[in-house]
Amino acid sequence: MSEGVLPARGRGGRALSAVLPGAPQLLGGRVGAGAAALLAWTGLLWIGLTRAERVRAALSGPWDARLAAFTLLAGLVVVWAWSWWDAGRRYRPKTVAVSQWELAVRTFSRNRTAVAGLIVIGALYAIALLTPLVAPYPPNLQGNLVTERFVGLSAAHPLGTDHFARDVLSRLLYGARISLLIGFVAVAISVSVGTLLGAVAGFIGGLVDAAIMRFVDVVISFPRLVLLITIIALFEPSIFLITAVLGLTQWPSTARIVRGEVLSLREREFVQAAEALGYSKPRIILRHLIPNAMAPVIVAATLGIGNTIVLEAGLSFLGLGVQPPTPSWGTMVDAGRGNLLDAWWLSTFPGLAIVLTVLSFNLVGDGLRDALDPRLRS
Amino acid sequence: MNARSGGAPLLSVRDLRVWFDTDQGVARAVDGVSFDVLEGETLGIVGESGCGKTVTSLSLLGLLPRPPARVLDDSSIRFRGEELVGASARRLRRLRGNDIAMIFQEPMSSLNPVYPIGDQIGEALRLHRGLDRRAARQETIRLLDEVGIAGAAQRVDDHPHQLSGGMRQRVMIAMALSCAPELLIADEPTTALDVTVQAQILELLASLQAARSMAVLLITHDLGVVAEVCDRVAVMYAGQIVETGTVQEIFGDPRHPYTRGLLDSLPRVDDPGHRLKPIPGTVPPPTHWPDGCRFRDRCPLAAPPCAAPQALLDLGPEGRAARCWRAP
Repeated sequence: MSEGVLPARGRGGRALSAVLPGAPQLLGGRVGAGAAALLAWTGLLWIGLTRAERVRAALSGPWDARLAAFTLLAGLVVVWAWSWWDAGRRYRPKTVAVSQWELAVRTFSRNRTAVAGLIVIGALYAIALLTPLVAPYPPNLQGNLVTERFVGLSAAHPLGTDHFARDVLSRLLYGARISLLIGFVAVAISVSVGTLLGAVAGFIGGLVDAAIMRFVDVVISFPRLVLLITIIALFEPSIFLITAVLGLTQWPSTARIVRGEVLSLREREFVQAAEALGYSKPRIILRHLIPNAMAPVIVAATLGIGNTIVLEAGLSFLGLGVQPPTPSWGTMVDAGRGNLLDAWWLSTFPGLAIVLTVLSFNLVGDGLRDALDPRLRS
Repeated sequence: MNARSGGAPLLSVRDLRVWFDTDQGVARAVDGVSFDVLEGETLGIVGESGCGKTVTSLSLLGLLPRPPARVLDDSSIRFRGEELVGASARRLRRLRGNDIAMIFQEPMSSLNPVYPIGDQIGEALRLHRGLDRRAARQETIRLLDEVGIAGAAQRVDDHPHQLSGGMRQRVMIAMALSCAPELLIADEPTTALDVTVQAQILELLASLQAARSMAVLLITHDLGVVAEVCDRVAVMYAGQIVETGTVQEIFGDPRHPYTRGLLDSLPRVDDPGHRLKPIPGTVPPPTHWPDGCRFRDRCPLAAPPCAAPQALLDLGPEGRAARCWRAP
């Protein structure tokens, strides 16, 4: 699209971006970025304006409400500032070769399903952060147990109510926080531990390698679900325990991936060059090997988040995960199980939420795999 | 190149033996190598693939993986009089990069692909010379300029894959020079480059060496390179040095049949009709060096006395020697 036709850039673009961030980018031909910015801006603004009273109350409320209010304000500022900066920037398309990461971003952004997955994940995390402002009711607020139990889809309760007359939509939104948080933190733990141990095993080799990898074999040889159930049955189930256990049982696969990468990387001459320059082993591992081994780890981590969310839902479904009344998708599916025929909405919507989330993570993971693996690049 | 200075050698290697324990037996990759590198001079180590050149160079800095490699106890590597065989890992690491630097054969893979080149040179500067971020960046640009990279101030932020092979080797050289080492070990620095770029890199090395009065240990299989830049030459075969001398002596009056064979297998400008004479056969595997003269099986002059082990015979002053009973 030519720049002269529409006030997409320059002074006109700036003026437009001040009112409607994202609009100049949308008109300037970058539909994806423009639409995302415009949607984020209008969405956040809508929440802020329609719930101004709640935002004000949230600022002096409990920590999660304050975090939500802060997220809302920060989101507005960031979107507005980005659009303003971008509209005034002289845009020149890069023609020369770019870094590996930029190349990966290009490949990824051409993959529509993966981008869609990424947008869904972004929206899910945004909603999870904003829940105290968005949810119609507090998660554990019970209505009139006589008149408001098992109410179907209605204006007051868009996704109905459960057997305690609680609003399903609100519980679904609050449950998103638990699922996404557990998925993210557990994978962060497993990736950190796995990357470090795998890199050390691969680089040092010998006895250290043998010891670490045999330990990996031991951990992997346990059926994971049985191990989880055993550990959780031994202690009081809590979100902290579930996260820790999920994180500490998943690292072996990351360790194997990283070790394999490092085994081939350490034969490359830049590692020898780093040794010849007198760098210490920790420095070579942390600064030179791990960054080069990150691509497959990122893919595995993304897929791992989806996996962990399913596992957490499964544990909660079995009653070993998040304990009621704290809402989580797994416990909600479990709670609706008994009334599946007369109150179908109880299990259906949390189930769909799980499917949507996991599908998005898997799509993004596949997209990242295509983008980061040069062998698959056409 | 540089005039030789008198006094004690900068690097003195005596009876270096590096053996590898393999499934096929003990590979005696380096088997009794001795040489000196004087301050400011260039010593070339020449030989075919598999003769132990690279193992020699890696063992100087303790860069060989142990096991399978082991440096035998009676070996001695003295740098400025300090014994490096058996030195602590910490001491060796202090020497690497600071006093002895090394550049490698393959500039394509010698740089870390995820960082801009400036960061990589800067890392060495900050670690060894304690510069802060800004000073390191300035020094990096100065070094890139010194090794002849045009537009150094812009190139600093390039990633390795944006540079040509020759430029990458220049970056490697800048990195090696970052801490002003007294000895630069260059292991086949030009082998992976185009011929025109080779000449440029060799010229660069020569001029940097002259400007910094740094000693260079040049490992190569290319006699043309040796003739161009070296002061003295050591010819290696089957884990041993078979002949040493100045460049003039080696090229003008080769005494060992292997050296002669190497020279005969080179094309000559002054004799266009001359047929190249390759040396028949290949270097035997290091697990099975022949007894006696190790070149015997491939030597056109082999005779009964060759069945006895050959000593390195002194042929003149300043380290002129050859490992052949016919040489004197």
